[in-house]
Amino acid sequence: MKTCEIIGLKKSFGGNHVLRGIDMHLSAGEVVVLMGANGAGKSTLVKVLCGFHGHDAGTMHLDGVAYLPTDAANAISHGVVTVHQSIDDGVIPDLDVATNLMLNRLTEPGAGVLVRDGALRRAAQKVADNMGLTMDVRTKVADLSVADRQMIAIARAMAYEPKVLILDEPTSSLSASEADRLFSLVDRLRGQGVAILYISHRMSDIRRIADRIVCMRDGEISGMFEQSPLDYDGAVTAMLGHSMTDVDIGVQDGGQPILEIDTLALSRGSAPVSFSARDGEIIAITGLLGSGKSELAEIIFGLQRPKAGQMRIAGRAYAPQNAAQAVAAGVFMSFKDRSTNAVIPDFDIANNMTLPFLRLFSRATVLKGRSQRQAAQDMIRRLGIVCQSDDDGIGTLSGGNQQKVMIGRWLLKGCRVLLLDEPFQGVDIGARRDIGAHIRETAKGRATLVFVAELDEALEIADRIIVLNEGTIAGQHQNRNVDMEALIAQVSGTSGAQPRVNA
Amino acid sequence: MTRETLLTFAIRFGFLILLFCMVIYFSLSANGFASPRSAAFILQSVAITGILALGVTCTLVVDGFDLSIGSVATSALMLSAYAMVILEMSAVTAVLLCLLMGAIVGLINGLLIVKFKVPDLLATLGMMFLLIGLQRIPTQGNSIATGMKLPDGSAAEGAFSAAFLWLGRHRFDLFVEKLVPVPVVIFLITAVVIWVFLELTRHGRLMYAIGSNERAAALVGTNVNRYKIAAYMISGVTASIGGILLAARLGRGDIASGNNLLLDSVAAALIGFAVLGAARANAFGTAIGALFVGILLQGLTMMNAPYYTQDFVKGAVLVLALVFTFYLSAKRSAGGKT
Repeated sequence: MKTCEIIGLKKSFGGNHVLRGIDMHLSAGEVVVLMGANGAGKSTLVKVLCGFHGHDAGTMHLDGVAYLPTDAANAISHGVVTVHQSIDDGVIPDLDVATNLMLNRLTEPGAGVLVRDGALRRAAQKVADNMGLTMDVRTKVADLSVADRQMIAIARAMAYEPKVLILDEPTSSLSASEADRLFSLVDRLRGQGVAILYISHRMSDIRRIADRIVCMRDGEISGMFEQSPLDYDGAVTAMLGHSMTDVDIGVQDGGQPILEIDTLALSRGSAPVSFSARDGEIIAITGLLGSGKSELAEIIFGLQRPKAGQMRIAGRAYAPQNAAQAVAAGVFMSFKDRSTNAVIPDFDIANNMTLPFLRLFSRATVLKGRSQRQAAQDMIRRLGIVCQSDDDGIGTLSGGNQQKVMIGRWLLKGCRVLLLDEPFQGVDIGARRDIGAHIRETAKGRATLVFVAELDEALEIADRIIVLNEGTIAGQHQNRNVDMEALIAQVSGTSGAQPRVNA
Repeated sequence: MTRETLLTFAIRFGFLILLFCMVIYFSLSANGFASPRSAAFILQSVAITGILALGVTCTLVVDGFDLSIGSVATSALMLSAYAMVILEMSAVTAVLLCLLMGAIVGLINGLLIVKFKVPDLLATLGMMFLLIGLQRIPTQGNSIATGMKLPDGSAAEGAFSAAFLWLGRHRFDLFVEKLVPVPVVIFLITAVVIWVFLELTRHGRLMYAIGSNERAAALVGTNVNRYKIAAYMISGVTASIGGILLAARLGRGDIASGNNLLLDSVAAALIGFAVLGAARANAFGTAIGALFVGILLQGLTMMNAPYYTQDFVKGAVLVLALVFTFYLSAKRSAGGKT
């Protein structure tokens, strides 16, 4: 029986089509896993379902009745309840478990002015027992573990007796044993006949919990898998896509090694990582969430210390303590999530772009505005940034152009190692090609490491692809006639324990 | 003119036009307002708060706040008096001692905020209390003046030196004899220095970057902590300059003076947000903000408005300026020059 049915759902923000016609359904007592890389439109779909955004076209039905939530509270009263990714949005840490569980009762119209603690606690205890929660309901939520807090957020969601429960990456901050507890809770809810939409791209979660897999890519459903046993590799392919693109790159083997990574341990207990990046070579580091990509990037840029192992640049030991030391050693990094990590919203294009190298554009600390603007104009031309002039506010640019400014920032000056973390995030295909082409053109004289989740992007830009899984190298491929099956198996971790090298 | 450009024009020049109209109005209706003496008087009345406001501007730029400036100024007032009257030091030593005190207080504020992670408002509030108390301890809560009785029974022999009093009382000739007081000159110099620092140097630009997106600034290799500490040290030093000038004007270590310094200077810096539609702390705006309040109060006083309405007027101006900044600027699309 279809609890929730979505037909032809569309949503755009300005000219940005985020959902391009989604058709899917959720059934009672079934866990549907929704997979998709960053920017695929998962979160937007969730936000439409839980009433946070309206939609532009298409219909939604709940138990056969048209469903048009006006806001989040309205969605909840229809029986569509969402537990969001960031746990602390779901609980109030300074209050005790009982109050947290019963919070919705307190907001109901007709609730008394005075809180009757005893009655509240008894009711909370009942909810807790139902959910298999064992902690004392008088404990303060702030004193609980992350997993317990997550359970409480879900338990509270259950107090609304939902028909549809949406869990947005619920295990992203949980350990393996904590995740196990979450899964048994999800099993229990499935048993009670709740339709569950579970958003994740962690393969271990998906194997454990999924009855059905729906993959999203670029705002469309790119794959549905319901035959048991589920085709997990097929799902990863549908999520990441590898329709060979028409970008033609002349793969370089590179010159002298510049950056050498020597038996580096990315996290405690993970097998050591070793490779060297050569002059003129572009290496794509790929892997799913939690594969160790971010750790590797942050260690090279000095934001984290490696648990073991060392790094060398041009033969000399390199152990940066912070970003400033990394930049001084000629290691530049463009971060993902540009709005939090890179963009200075108050500044114009020229000042955003020249920010790391203001010293170059000043004499005796006084800024030389003209040379700053000249450098910016030059980079605007080279990268094809669409803008009126270099003193446009950064906020007036489209996402792709903002990203070009952020990447251009690090191309103003030559460097030894360039790290690009998700350089194509939230960027349209045209801008992606421009950025990729420019990075390839300028690659001589440095080693370039590009951290991407999407395989398409890796194939488009890299000379060599290194796959990380569980904090270690699962495979390496020279970017010539790459064995896609092996690559995808390495990404999803189904290739067996032995890392395969295909060079 | 379309609605859009009209709005942009209003945001940019609205406050300056208001200031200009106000000057015209007072010149026409208040006898003697449009004279060099009255202009010098206005400048003198805002010089000390203006200097403090320029310091607090630097902390606002890095998205911080310094509540301790008022008490740093009064501490400098008491310290200079104590140094000269009781310890019988020279004017130069007293001034240097005060500047050093301001820098140290700024350093402690900065360290509390970046190293001990105390929120800026709370750290500087604590420092404010501490200084208000501290400045009273050496003299058991008494004001300091030559001839005062010391705890051991003797009388204080020292005195404010003429060189020190010169700082507060001397007037330079400009068109009219003995027109411009020294504090006004120091205010203007401070304003230019802070403006150059914030607008034209790379350090100032990085401080604005920190205020706008601290994380992004750190990830391009900026030493965010050092810049934040520097901002509080600038604020401490300018506040102590204000205190020195106040002491030089009063000629005694008056325990009760300087009560309004904090609120007045913070108000000037916040009014400055509205000038030229900057929508953020800036040195030019702060100086204009201080002048705006000074002109308004002088004009109203000359038109016989009672003194007790002054705080009300200042508050009204501040609220108006904040509406200007936050409501109108929010309507305009994001971003702009620099």
